[in-house]
Amino acid sequence: MKSFIEYIVSIFKGVWTLLVGMRVTGKYVFTPWKHVTHKYPENRETLVMFERFRGEVIMPHDANNEHKCTGCGICELNCPNGSIEIISKSVVTADGKKKRMIDQHIYHLGMCTLCNLCVKACPTGAIVMGQKFEHAVWDRSELTKVLNQPGSKISEGIKE
Amino acid sequence: MAFNIYDFTTLTHDIHVGLAESFSPFLATTIEWVIVGVVYLIFVALFGLFLVYAERKVCAAFQQRLGPNRVGPWGIFQTIADFIKLLMKELIMPRKADWFLYNLAPFIVIIASFLAIAVLPFAPGLQSLDFDIGVFYLTAVSSVGVIGILLAGWSSNNKFSLIGAMRSGAQILSYELSVSLSLLTMVVFAGSMQFSTIVEGQRDAWFIFSGHIPAIIAFVVFLIAGTAETNRGPFDLAEAESELVAGFHTEYSGIKFAMFFLAEYINLFIISAVAATVFLGGWMPLHFGNFESFNHIMDFIPPIVWFFMKVLSVIFIIMWFKWTFPRLRVDQILTLEWKYLLPINLVNILLMALVVLTKFHF
Repeated sequence: MKSFIEYIVSIFKGVWTLLVGMRVTGKYVFTPWKHVTHKYPENRETLVMFERFRGEVIMPHDANNEHKCTGCGICELNCPNGSIEIISKSVVTADGKKKRMIDQHIYHLGMCTLCNLCVKACPTGAIVMGQKFEHAVWDRSELTKVLNQPGSKISEGIKE
Repeated sequence: MAFNIYDFTTLTHDIHVGLAESFSPFLATTIEWVIVGVVYLIFVALFGLFLVYAERKVCAAFQQRLGPNRVGPWGIFQTIADFIKLLMKELIMPRKADWFLYNLAPFIVIIASFLAIAVLPFAPGLQSLDFDIGVFYLTAVSSVGVIGILLAGWSSNNKFSLIGAMRSGAQILSYELSVSLSLLTMVVFAGSMQFSTIVEGQRDAWFIFSGHIPAIIAFVVFLIAGTAETNRGPFDLAEAESELVAGFHTEYSGIKFAMFFLAEYINLFIISAVAATVFLGGWMPLHFGNFESFNHIMDFIPPIVWFFMKVLSVIFIIMWFKWTFPRLRVDQILTLEWKYLLPINLVNILLMALVVLTKFHF
């Protein structure tokens, strides 16, 4: 008798769990405005990627064409597949000291897996992940980029 | 020729009289057969294409996607493009396959579907076969398809096909019982196996309302068993993609694959149409006892529209099942049938007999 009651109860429990599942998916189907797929090429103008999206590595420059990169090379060391090359130069500062400065921050987008390790490792926060994701180009050499803009210099107050 | 959207009896009768006047009886009958066959072919092809499109759109909505939206507005021509692609594909046959059975199997599957569709009443006068054993005929021919599936799996000479076909055989043989018994419950209630009489009996209230508890139980059991019989998810282990490549139609390509695909969707339509006819009143408008004005408004909607509204609702529910529940294992499928659905069905049929005997219904 006990097992018979359990049998009957199991039927109702089973039906109940099925209905719970159907309620979950039913919520999706009857709220079509919450669909996650975008009609991409049509909505290019209004498309805003989400905050943590990793499109490419960029180096932000401020209005005076100044960046925060010291040329320390930690990002180069941290890159697992060697897509960053730091070319530095020595300059003589005003008080006669020799100082190591960034000459070119070369970034191979074609080799980058967008793992975010360089951004995490950067001690001064000079490089960040950009939102651009349309990277198709006609020639592979266009994927090699120099991140610091020509004529830019390190902004004041960045400690070595 | 009197065309009346509410009753096709006059239209079909006029066509028959017109043909009988101008041709010999033999020729007239032959022409009528051809006309009926062509009408069914066109209907099945178009409705199959529509169902594939609807399935993809509904599936997308369940997964918060958009679904096909490139070919034509809202992607409505997507399935036509797919069909053209399938037609142009090469028909590949495994070298060691059984030539005769391999080529025969798709036709058996699709013929079984066509046989079953013949007894469905679409609207008054729009039914090609009106047997007094319609329900019996339908359950008989709808299970012929499993022979085609078994042949397809066996003759392909492929282990995945064979496993899929064997699973499908075990599943359809088991669930045929539940489908037949739940239909039998309603036959007890309707007192007839003829589809036109069953529909006529629901003029005042649909059987699912007038038969109350046993009818609702039978409806739920029929939906579950019907889903299993069409080999659709969550019972799609005959063609479980993740385990068996594509199950019994792994080795088929091009138009032969399209036949299996089409047959699957026709079967979906048939199961939904039977559910709509036997439980939800077929082409009968929604009527409530004494609300004269309400009943009158409902009568304005043509019966064929009622029929397709009900069929599409049931199809939507079955799609809802498919895109919600995970696939069952083969032992779970057999447990569900033999330990749950069959006992419930047997008790239910007794309950229905009791309801009919005591006249405890509306």
